[in-house]
Amino acid sequence: MAERRVKFTFEGEQVKEPVIYRLGKDFPVITNIRRAQVEGNSGWVVLELEGDLDSINSGLDWVREQGVEVTPVDGEILAG
Amino acid sequence: MPHVQGLRCKECGRDYPADPIYVCEYCFGPLEVAYDYDSIQESISREKIKEGPLTLWRYDDLLPVGRENAVDIGAGMTPLIRATNLGRELGLNNLWIKNDAANPTHSFKDRVVSVATTKALEFEFETIACASTGNLAGATAAHGNKAGMKKVVFLPENLERGKIAGAAIFGNVVLVRGNYDEVNRLCSELGDNRRWAFVNINMRPYYSEGSKSLGYELAEQLGWQAPQHVVVPVASGSLFTKVWKGLNDFAKLGLIDDVPTRMHIAQAEGCSPVAKAVIEGQTHPRPVIPNTIAKSLAIGTPADGIYSVGIVKESGGSATAVPEEEIADGMRLLAETEGIFAETAGGVVISTLKRLAQQGVIGPDEQTVALITGSGLKTLEAIEDQIDPPVIDPTVESFDDVVMGAVKN
Repeated sequence: MAERRVKFTFEGEQVKEPVIYRLGKDFPVITNIRRAQVEGNSGWVVLELEGDLDSINSGLDWVREQGVEVTPVDGEILAG
Repeated sequence: MPHVQGLRCKECGRDYPADPIYVCEYCFGPLEVAYDYDSIQESISREKIKEGPLTLWRYDDLLPVGRENAVDIGAGMTPLIRATNLGRELGLNNLWIKNDAANPTHSFKDRVVSVATTKALEFEFETIACASTGNLAGATAAHGNKAGMKKVVFLPENLERGKIAGAAIFGNVVLVRGNYDEVNRLCSELGDNRRWAFVNINMRPYYSEGSKSLGYELAEQLGWQAPQHVVVPVASGSLFTKVWKGLNDFAKLGLIDDVPTRMHIAQAEGCSPVAKAVIEGQTHPRPVIPNTIAKSLAIGTPADGIYSVGIVKESGGSATAVPEEEIADGMRLLAETEGIFAETAGGVVISTLKRLAQQGVIGPDEQTVALITGSGLKTLEAIEDQIDPPVIDPTVESFDDVVMGAVKN
């Protein structure tokens, strides 16, 4: 089992889509929301994903296909 | 002497011991060093600071590690210059340039790395590491050498040769075949699995504290007062938040009266998630894929973006996304007026400053500091196309014809 800490950023119509529900339902991935902020037409959710690495990666690819930005929760490491 | 209480989650406020950790186990928020300000208050004074070394270590009461064993190659106490020529050009009568290109490896990263390396030694790490596209690489390698530590500096393989050479001269550079995301992922995995001091992963809470010294210095060098405006180049937003914290620390401790400072974000249009969030009235920046010549600001997912947006609001500041074609103009303007050759991030700052002056956001007599965070010698490619000096034959006639003719015209 692997764990990944990620941040989803939603914009516009994506806010209305049950992306996290479908991620957990359609992929063998456990989702655990730790922190979030959702406004009228944008928002972000910080969550932990648990599952085998292939399932997590497939799930995250699917989330990206929905137009949701997926980034590491710690921000970028590579600095100028 | 450090006055550290521990680490505290910036989001949920949970306390942690001062260990090499960086993220809250509950809410995944970033951890920050928490200080005992009563203890600092008893120890610190203007006189004590003035008697300290001419480096950032003069402020060690406000740093997470003391200066007794500091890994010190002279970072900090860089010049604050009254920019009369540039000010005349922009209509600003009280303009100052803080030139952090004067640091040992020619960027402000020496401040953060000096603190991170010193703390890493205290934690008894043997290896210091980072992933960088430029300034951080040189700073980490140089301080690692001074500390006598093993070091590993990761660079993307496709970086310009000049930048690779600038870091590789210090030794132990590793080029990674892959895009920026893949380099990030590799370093994250290495950081989890090895007992290394990764300056901007597990040392991040301590590392970022080094940036506060820029705020302290501004206030001290201006005669123990905070300026009315500070213009800061923003990548992750860490420097922006820490300059603000530095000024507010001084006010809290009575070293300055108050902080009337309006904080201004300077980003390049090709990577401006924080500026856009401010301009569009969002509280959180939306991630972008960077496409800017200001490589040291090319962070598409800024870790401190949300906090930077909050500080702009709190301080009554602003944010600017400078068109890419104006970056080199800003570099030239600073070089031509003040004799300072800044990197592209400095061009972004000067172009932002120009706009803020034109828009009346900064009044003509308001005290303003623009931060120059790195040397232009690191980003020569940005101005190569614009440089076209005259060529003459080795004769006085040719000189008179070509050069003096041009002067007369």
